[in-house]
Amino acid sequence: MMRREQRPVLANEQVGPYTMLRVDRGGLDPGGPGQFFMLEAPGRLLPRPMSLCLAPSHELAFLVDPIGPGTRALCALEPGETLTILGPLGNGFRLDVDRPVLVGGGIGIAPLPYLAAALGDVPVVLGFRSDWHAEAAALLPRAEVCVEPRLVTELVPPDRDVLACGPEPMLAAVRQLAPTAQLACEAPMACGYGACYGCAVEIDGELRRLCVEGPVLSGTEPS
Amino acid sequence: MILNASGCLDALTAPDVARALDVFVTKTVTPLPREGNAPVRIAETDLGMLNSIGLANPGIDRFITRHLPKLARLGVPLWVSVGGSSAEDYSDICSRLDDHVEVAAIELNVSCPNVESPTAATAQIVAAARLATRKPIWTKLSAAVPDIAEVARAADEAGADGLSLVNTIRGIALDERTLRPVLGSVVGGLSGPALRPVALAAVYACRAATELAIVGMGGVRSGLDALELIAAGANHVALGTVLFADPDAPSRVRAELASELATRGYADSDAATASAHAASLSTTTT
Repeated sequence: MMRREQRPVLANEQVGPYTMLRVDRGGLDPGGPGQFFMLEAPGRLLPRPMSLCLAPSHELAFLVDPIGPGTRALCALEPGETLTILGPLGNGFRLDVDRPVLVGGGIGIAPLPYLAAALGDVPVVLGFRSDWHAEAAALLPRAEVCVEPRLVTELVPPDRDVLACGPEPMLAAVRQLAPTAQLACEAPMACGYGACYGCAVEIDGELRRLCVEGPVLSGTEPS
Repeated sequence: MILNASGCLDALTAPDVARALDVFVTKTVTPLPREGNAPVRIAETDLGMLNSIGLANPGIDRFITRHLPKLARLGVPLWVSVGGSSAEDYSDICSRLDDHVEVAAIELNVSCPNVESPTAATAQIVAAARLATRKPIWTKLSAAVPDIAEVARAADEAGADGLSLVNTIRGIALDERTLRPVLGSVVGGLSGPALRPVALAAVYACRAATELAIVGMGGVRSGLDALELIAAGANHVALGTVLFADPDAPSRVRAELASELATRGYADSDAATASAHAASLSTTTT
């Protein structure tokens, strides 16, 4: 059930180039793996969509890549400051898979720790652009990790139910390997709850709202 | 009344948000289905946002058969926003909606940024719609015209019942690294707080020029913002961009507005309407 609450920041931890923002959960439901929340970046007009990375008791934790003014403002939040959060939103991963493998690229690993916790002991393969970025692999201690120029698609074992999140070229390559893969996609969103129509992506040949239809899509082409 | 700005809420996806409004205004419906513009469709700017959704909508046929029955069940008065590329388009859609009792009013999305005479084009569209429907007609205008008061008077003379002020104005955002346009369609509509002074000026000018009822909109985030539009001459206020960040905005802004009115000794919002104008005006325009 979607709720909007102002929550205190508990911790701001550096994970390679990324920031793990830990927030007091309050009355917010963590939702399922692959679902997301809108985080209000201080001083910005629009909130930013972030999938849930970890859900320890009483907490929600988000892995944020400071790539623009909104995400930089989120990463600058100090413990004790408050953050307004709306969620959980969208459709997450289906967990009824027989032989799962989790595939993550770069900041796309964000939803995988929570997903791995839900699925139990599952294989994980991760790819990063540098050793510094690959420090985030510590969030998934048993993962097999590669760094460019080696690509994560080289590590994906055959005949598995693939659950993936990463940059668009990686998702396209994963889909070539595993046409029924569940892919967590990304698009700019103003609202996250179906109001703005900003996050349209091509799904089954039509432009549709990623926040309503996704962000996890299966057997379809991400834009 | 507190409404949503057309295109800023999908009542079927977020019915609880729609039910917190006094009126739900649909996304603009056009004669044929429109898929909308290719991504990227939104960009945040310093004090606003740009959108280039491209009037994505199911078209009037599917709107009437598939969407209208569900919208009617929400229990919120419904205004349908209508768009087209000719006066005939508006007239056709208005006549299709005229028999549907669940449609309380029609809003004509008459922004006409690319016509030579926005005044003549607006008059022609409103007149065509007036002949096609008995329902109240609200005419939504863009402030990006030489003289919005002249356009408002033309809408009034052509038979409009009210004005919705204002639509977005055109803007571009560039990617700071590539210096290329962020939006797939290059140009988008600017909304949010950046638009608020523009909306205040438009409402002020149209209130002085006509006695039509006015829905004011443009960058409202708080009850005080709403009160300022009312003081400039609005009878009602619509929420747009604020809904994206805050789906609780309708009830919050309503409560804040009530508090602002009470603090200032106004019995209700009608009593505050046009209070920014000279005393003689404020007594004649509610």
